[in-house]
Amino acid sequence: MSEKKFSKKHEWVSLDGDLATVGITKHATEMLGDIVFVEVPDAGKAVEKEGQAAVVESTKAASDVYSPISGEITEGNKAIADDPGSVNTDPEGASWFFKLKIKDKGEYDSLMSKDEYDKFCKENPS
Amino acid sequence: MEVQKTALYNYHKNLGAKFVPFAGYEMPIQYKDGIVKEHISTRTHAGFFDVSHMGQFFLEGDETLIESLEKIIPADLKNLKINHSKYSFLLNYEGGIIDDLIITRTEKGFCIILNAACKENDIKQISQFLKKHHKHLLNNDLSLIALQGPKSVEILEKLIPGVANLKFMTGNNFEYEGENLYVTRSGYTGEDGFEISISNTKVEKLIDYLISNEVKPIGLGARDTLRLEAGLCLYGHDLNEKINPVEANLKWAIAKKRKEVGGFNGWEKIKNLLANGSEKIRVGIKPDGKVIARENTKIFSSDNNEIGFVTSGTFGPSVNAPVAMGYVKSEFSEVGTSIQLEVRGKKYGGKISELPFYKKSYVK
Repeated sequence: MSEKKFSKKHEWVSLDGDLATVGITKHATEMLGDIVFVEVPDAGKAVEKEGQAAVVESTKAASDVYSPISGEITEGNKAIADDPGSVNTDPEGASWFFKLKIKDKGEYDSLMSKDEYDKFCKENPS
Repeated sequence: MEVQKTALYNYHKNLGAKFVPFAGYEMPIQYKDGIVKEHISTRTHAGFFDVSHMGQFFLEGDETLIESLEKIIPADLKNLKINHSKYSFLLNYEGGIIDDLIITRTEKGFCIILNAACKENDIKQISQFLKKHHKHLLNNDLSLIALQGPKSVEILEKLIPGVANLKFMTGNNFEYEGENLYVTRSGYTGEDGFEISISNTKVEKLIDYLISNEVKPIGLGARDTLRLEAGLCLYGHDLNEKINPVEANLKWAIAKKRKEVGGFNGWEKIKNLLANGSEKIRVGIKPDGKVIARENTKIFSSDNNEIGFVTSGTFGPSVNAPVAMGYVKSEFSEVGTSIQLEVRGKKYGGKISELPFYKKSYVK
């Protein structure tokens, strides 16, 4: 599994061959607060880079989750749909949102590294 | 208009509050623990809410004051005893709700607690009916603190002996730190609790005491989930000037005598609706799954006809499920009726539910 890369919309991606795993960052969960609803995409759905792919709702509001990378969904994480609160506890581990087969590794390479993302969050609070 | 702050603004900041603009005020939406924990700690222990943005409107006058107020408020003010409170409304000429409120009879007249976003207009509306010799004051020197939850009585009684004797929807004057304060047994969470009207100069001291008794600060976020579980309306969402008390399923709040005799704004219309029912009515709604039907979600019948809309919807932490309120055509309002909720273009099943979603008994 490759190192995690990050988007400006607070998603993370890791890559294993041409199979990417996508989730939302810890920083994102801290901004959202208590997560109470998650909708993940079904296998077979095509998603575009920065296209809407999933939904996450906190007690406060609903937010879209975008795919930082284009491809075809192979699996949505049903476990987080059943237990949305688990996204708050392990957002960058077991509580990934979806996996997809990517078309263009260049899209992955162009995302931010961990250090770049941390810096981005500091410069763009809230 | 300049953004206003309550006397506790810096105190909230030090407690780690996240602020949002609300009704012209910078108010805490949540603190460090977050909405769900704040909600649960209110239900299991006690929480305090700074509701000083709400209007504390005092009226003084002779018996003609009652006649004046009864023109716009459908409560039985003539028979309201001193230190007793009623939930009621200000009504416009069509019977629409200008604001919902709590009115308490005082020694010299009345105190009305008004919603922050409405208070300026409310006073204008009330003033139309007042006589020259009626005195009124929106008192901005007072803070208003709600203390809510099962431990509230035990904690407040230690500080202010006597409050435990108050019954639900009654109040009294007490002494604290050499000053008078007014405490009512009431609230907006479905829990036992109090609302404490206290001078801005003493309020921090009161909060110090509450925090030392493990009473958590509760923001607007949990205030909303708590009141919705308790089936209570939020003005500007579940109620507005185009909705009357019959449609709002709040006809219980119009005094029996006033229903018969009238003499208040919109009575003709309300009398007719009381006899014949309204076209639409406020109901509780429970989505079948986990999907949250938020404000403005369209409601459909099981055979796909649009029958209404959601006015408040969230996840209820104590119910551990999504909950909502909204308006549906009256023929679909029976508890248990299957409905559909359109969320992000997709229809999800749900049912008309009893209100409140979460029930506790008040001290009577």
